[in-house]
Amino acid sequence: MASLDDLKKRISSVKSTQKITKAMKMVAAAKLRRAQENAERGRPYSEKMNNIILNLSNGIADFENAPKLLAGTGQDKVHLCVVMTADRGLCGGFNTNIIKKAKVFFHKLSESGKKIKIITVGSKGYDQLKRLYKDKIIERISFKESKNANYFDADKVGKIIIEKFEKNEFDVCTIFYNQFKNVITQIPQEQQIIPLKTSEKKDVSSEQNYEFEPNEDEILLNLLPKNISTQIFKAMLENSASEQGSRMSAMDNATRNAGEMVDKLTIEYNRSRQAAITKELIEIISGAESL
Amino acid sequence: MDQFNLEIISPEKSFLIKNDTEEVVIPAIEGYMGILKDHIPLISFLKPGIIDVKSKNESFNFYVDDGIVEFKDNTLSILTSNIFDLKEMDKNKVDKIVKDTEEGLKKENINDQERYILDQKIEVLNSIKSN
Repeated sequence: MASLDDLKKRISSVKSTQKITKAMKMVAAAKLRRAQENAERGRPYSEKMNNIILNLSNGIADFENAPKLLAGTGQDKVHLCVVMTADRGLCGGFNTNIIKKAKVFFHKLSESGKKIKIITVGSKGYDQLKRLYKDKIIERISFKESKNANYFDADKVGKIIIEKFEKNEFDVCTIFYNQFKNVITQIPQEQQIIPLKTSEKKDVSSEQNYEFEPNEDEILLNLLPKNISTQIFKAMLENSASEQGSRMSAMDNATRNAGEMVDKLTIEYNRSRQAAITKELIEIISGAESL
Repeated sequence: MDQFNLEIISPEKSFLIKNDTEEVVIPAIEGYMGILKDHIPLISFLKPGIIDVKSKNESFNFYVDDGIVEFKDNTLSILTSNIFDLKEMDKNKVDKIVKDTEEGLKKENINDQERYILDQKIEVLNSIKSN
């Protein structure tokens, strides 16, 4: 059994760790509220954008000649995967879950003989992927300096992707991020952004006759790159809410575990103190008796 | 005058939502365009310019870089990533944007359309400054 002094030291060290985790939890809770609000406020933009694109792509007659961002290059050989993670750790399974999802996807791709290129957004993703996929990572982006997810950063990522697409460096682009469901659950997502998947086709009857200025194709050409940035931005917002949520519950757990540990150690400490006293008493009594 | 809904949305937030707009003038890519109630459904995008919003007893002026416009069911939606209230644009701010734009013009790899847009932008900004 550890000596009394050692126990005392351990108790105080666990207590100070508990203080830190508690503080981190509070900070995460405050940040989570902000991040959630931001995510909510960002929603109308991406929804509207989606609607407009849907309306436009429904109006396109020959899909063959549609912009490549919408219709794809017609090939499926090189996949670009954008893995979006946090810049900081200590947030439970947040980063690991995204990486896990991405790795499964990579595995599937490489088994079917496709080429993979990776862009990591957020330094933690790079840290976890570099061991296995170092040669495949073509770009690593990190926004450590910016406090909140902002559109400017998302646009930068979007532009990099578009630039690479225009140089024919890849055929399909998929992004990985965590979708925020609630504080306890965040669902890792893979979402294909190039070519764009227009998931729901509206009925022709509900379609409105729009006046386009200039014409559909030109508007689409202008709109699609913006949509990429918007999707990235949406992912960033979801990610930052998820990160804080995940950190909050992780730190809550840590605080609780530390509390349990302090209780256990305190009992152990008291027991050994009692044992020491009893032992001393026995020694004194038996000494007195032997006289 | 008849009124319709206007929403100006930026990626970060809903910038302005009004339901008593009477007239909006937008800098569409092929020229300024005035929108009144019961306009036919429309999709277009914006070039740098000034959005002019008029309602019964107030009016707003915004500067935009670019954006997408949709008019449908008497709701005008403007999606833009870069929008400023003209009242908040002071000279220094305008000067800074003009300088950045001029830098952009100096690059060699820009095409004619980009050059046209940037030229437009400088022109609009200079007109803001002189007012």
